[in-house]
Amino acid sequence: MEADWIWGLGGGLLIGLGGAVYLLGNGRIMGASGILGGLLDGSGRNTAAERTAFIAGVIGMPLLIGLLTGGTPDTHVTSNAAVLVLAGLLVGFGTRVANGCTSGHGVCGISRLSLRGIAATAVFMLAGFLTLAVLRQLLGVI
Amino acid sequence: MLRIMLALLAGSLFGTGLMLSGMTDTAKVQGFLDIFGNWDPTLAFVMGSALLPMALAWRLAEGRKPAAGGSFPAPPSAELDRRLVLGSVLFGAGWGLAGLCPGPAMASLSYNSWQGALFMAAMACGMMAAPRLSRHLDRAAANA
Repeated sequence: MEADWIWGLGGGLLIGLGGAVYLLGNGRIMGASGILGGLLDGSGRNTAAERTAFIAGVIGMPLLIGLLTGGTPDTHVTSNAAVLVLAGLLVGFGTRVANGCTSGHGVCGISRLSLRGIAATAVFMLAGFLTLAVLRQLLGVI
Repeated sequence: MLRIMLALLAGSLFGTGLMLSGMTDTAKVQGFLDIFGNWDPTLAFVMGSALLPMALAWRLAEGRKPAAGGSFPAPPSAELDRRLVLGSVLFGAGWGLAGLCPGPAMASLSYNSWQGALFMAAMACGMMAAPRLSRHLDRAAANA
């Protein structure tokens, strides 16, 4: 669709604004995996309240918009349970070992020209390109 | 209380941005990663425009204090270690496999699909296993 890039630009601005509020307001880096992971493994016990509030916003606002507009966007997510479990384990484990994901290393890291953020983003994008190249283009399994 | 309100606002902006930009649509994310297929550039537009307010925020942070108290994060380390690379490889593989990363996985929970809930549960297990397993890896690396 032709308008996708406009929605992409607008949505991206909101994502960046969210990161700016979290940084300038609370002095913290807006990384989805770090905020959630710190709650789950107990390392973020002292900041549990603001982590929970952040996650409530991430889930709650799309929920509210969905209720008001009477529809949620299609996620086209696979119904292959084995793929979902394997992918979830890899994403959860990998982001915690690397200490960041698309929001923390990608948006917040690259915007301050962090070498670690730039390197991590390059590596996880390359791994993603390779995954699609092999599993979709070569083998046709996803 | 101010910290909690600001965190809720930040999360709301983030979740709304993910939803409107199409990043909760796994077909668009996998379409971006599928460079040898029918390539979808939307993710590049999202990433590009998200960097603008963030870059401005880092500039504004210089020489100031966070509005709700505390201090800003320390300057980034320039050290690239094995954990950063290995973790990012695993994350990228999982990201490509299902088209979901942690932010959109949370944002699309509200869409109420069993697929999203299953991915989220597996992701939570992976996150909880990471500190324990990476301690083993560090020990193995130290002994090698």
